[in-house]
Amino acid sequence: MSDTHPDAFKAYARKCGIIFGAVACVTLAMVATSFAPIHNRAVAIGLVLGAACINATLVASYLMHLISEKKMIYTVLVFTAIFFTGLMGLSIWAAHDVPRVLGR
Amino acid sequence: MDIPYTVQPRPDTGVYNAKVGMWLFLASEVMLFGGLFSSYILLRVAAAPGTWPTGWLSVPLGTINTLILALSAVTTLLAWASCKARMFDRYKLFMGLTLVLALVFISIKGYEYSDKLRHYEVVLKDGRIADGHLVTRNDKEVVLEGRYVQNHAELMNGRASHGKPHEEIRIETPQIQKIGNYGPAHNTFTAIYFVLTGLHGLHILGGIVVFAYLWGPGSRMWKTEPERFTNRIEVAGLFWHFVDLVWIFLFPVLYLT
Repeated sequence: MSDTHPDAFKAYARKCGIIFGAVACVTLAMVATSFAPIHNRAVAIGLVLGAACINATLVASYLMHLISEKKMIYTVLVFTAIFFTGLMGLSIWAAHDVPRVLGR
Repeated sequence: MDIPYTVQPRPDTGVYNAKVGMWLFLASEVMLFGGLFSSYILLRVAAAPGTWPTGWLSVPLGTINTLILALSAVTTLLAWASCKARMFDRYKLFMGLTLVLALVFISIKGYEYSDKLRHYEVVLKDGRIADGHLVTRNDKEVVLEGRYVQNHAELMNGRASHGKPHEEIRIETPQIQKIGNYGPAHNTFTAIYFVLTGLHGLHILGGIVVFAYLWGPGSRMWKTEPERFTNRIEVAGLFWHFVDLVWIFLFPVLYLT
């Protein structure tokens, strides 16, 4: 929000209300999904975490204004994303790094 | 001494210094929580089949807390937008609302913690396990409001209906082999649950302190340097949105999966 006019505030407040409504709907859908009779556990977890990612995207894009930030901030976040991906990748790699049994 | 670029953006970065500083701090926070989330993944994947608890936490309370935190993120943003629009009374209102919502969040979390700390598991010498909330405990006996189970496997799925109504269980002290509550030392799940939510709770408390300052004595800056004060609200808000982001992942990971 760059305009200082009260009307701009009202429009901004409406936009914030829409974002909150969307986050609330996705949250409720996420909870409902967790109780749905999905027998494949990996799919169920994937759906719930997918919904969490949608919420995170809404918050980061609109509430943290990442949708229209300066290059400097994006640069910081790109490096963060690289290190975070490495951290998670190493964790998952380590979780599967078990000794192979000979003959199998 | 005049500190440069507290209001105007720095020409080379395009943003004022406090904002760059906050984003760098948040980058380090991502790695802090990332390390704990990766610990959670390793602990969960390494757990033997049937030994990782599910449904131990209250989904309604977790959902309410998620919505409260999301709403507080919006009120923080509206507090900043009020400053931008030069409406100081609105700023006070929205920042006050943020404070109230943050206090409600931490109160609900406190209730959840106390519920876990009052929840006991008592292993009897005959092999049975009594599970329930502590009513009283003295030298002679322990009284629980709960049920008996035959083994730990029956306790792992909190969502499964066990068909046994909770009743008052009186256990004489000599019958007890082991007793402990659902605190951090109970098992791996409660340990990582208390660490993750405890660290998040500390961030909430930190946010409450900063917001209380900006709502109260810190708001005097509005009279002398309104632009600088507005920027302070923006960077405090960025921190709060990050705290909301962390909860957005903590809630499904701990409560729903």
